[in-house]
Amino acid sequence: MFAQVCEFLSVWIIPLVLLIVPLAGYVRRVRVYEAFVEGAAEGFQTTIRIMPFLVAMMVAVSIFRASGALDDSVNYLQPLLLFLGVPPELVPLAVMRPLSGTGALGLTTEILNTQGPDSLVGRIASTVLGSTDTTFYVLTVYFGAVGISKPRYSVAVGLIGDLVGFFGAVYICRILFPG
Amino acid sequence: MINFIWLLFIAGGIVYAGLHGRIDLVSRSAVNAAETAVTLSFRLMGVMCLWLGILKIAEQAGLVAAVSKIVGPVIRVIFPSVPRRHPAMGAIIMTISANMLGLGNAVTPLGIKAMNELQKLNRDSEAASPAMCTLLALCTTGFTLVPATIIALRAAAGSINPAEIIGATLVVSLLATIVVLIADRICRAIFAARGGR
Repeated sequence: MFAQVCEFLSVWIIPLVLLIVPLAGYVRRVRVYEAFVEGAAEGFQTTIRIMPFLVAMMVAVSIFRASGALDDSVNYLQPLLLFLGVPPELVPLAVMRPLSGTGALGLTTEILNTQGPDSLVGRIASTVLGSTDTTFYVLTVYFGAVGISKPRYSVAVGLIGDLVGFFGAVYICRILFPG
Repeated sequence: MINFIWLLFIAGGIVYAGLHGRIDLVSRSAVNAAETAVTLSFRLMGVMCLWLGILKIAEQAGLVAAVSKIVGPVIRVIFPSVPRRHPAMGAIIMTISANMLGLGNAVTPLGIKAMNELQKLNRDSEAASPAMCTLLALCTTGFTLVPATIIALRAAAGSINPAEIIGATLVVSLLATIVVLIADRICRAIFAARGGR
């Protein structure tokens, strides 16, 4: 039942917002078309401003991945993470999550297909993906859009959030889904 | 810190690739990634225009003010430096609401809009203001009531109960949000004590 409601919501939520907002606008005598165009015009400038930041971050992460350093750092971190109770299949996800959204999504899909979505590992991976975001992407895009080049302590805070999200998912899934 | 991490990725990656005979991959992946970044920006542009257009209608229809009445009080506590009636407050509230509703690609345009408004209140236009850091912290944990993408992914992989992880994601993302907000305050204090460096 609950799952069906969620599935319904996930399909309907965006069409509903797209329906309700202009409709409410029309009722409140907003010139909906003109207002939309006025708002949309802002999107152009902003995206252009993001581009150099995105190139800088994606090139750096991509070089790091291609060099094999990312995969190998997984191997170095493995003993520590295993000691902390992280299942071995999830170690790559822990490293990938803050760096690359598509990478993390790919790893999770692989885990769901090989280990099964209803296995403990599958559930933990789902929870990690559902309760954290790609810190470096969010940082690059949000700050890049307004020309902030000094993020100050934001990187540290974002990574703390990722750590809590990852270990939280591991331990809470172990409690919620025993056996 | 960002300078160090960026340099670490690039310099570390190139040296590591050289030592392990993968140097040919470096130039190819660097160029590919640069191209992907531009393609991604253009894909983002369409989504951006769409949601900023919808947001403008919502603003003029008074919907932003209505949502602010409901979730505003909590958010004002988290962002004490933002004046109550400033457009930044409305944009922050819409970002967090969209995040909670799991509006996916609407969150980024709204978040950027909020950053834009916060930048108008910022004294140093190159360095992130405390309010910006707090908003970013909230967005990197991305508190969502219904993680739609992951539920769809689980359903596609043949799960018996794709939505069963909602309880876990709620607890974990709430926990992460609280920890991040505390960490944000602590870091801000340390930062201020060191003279903003």
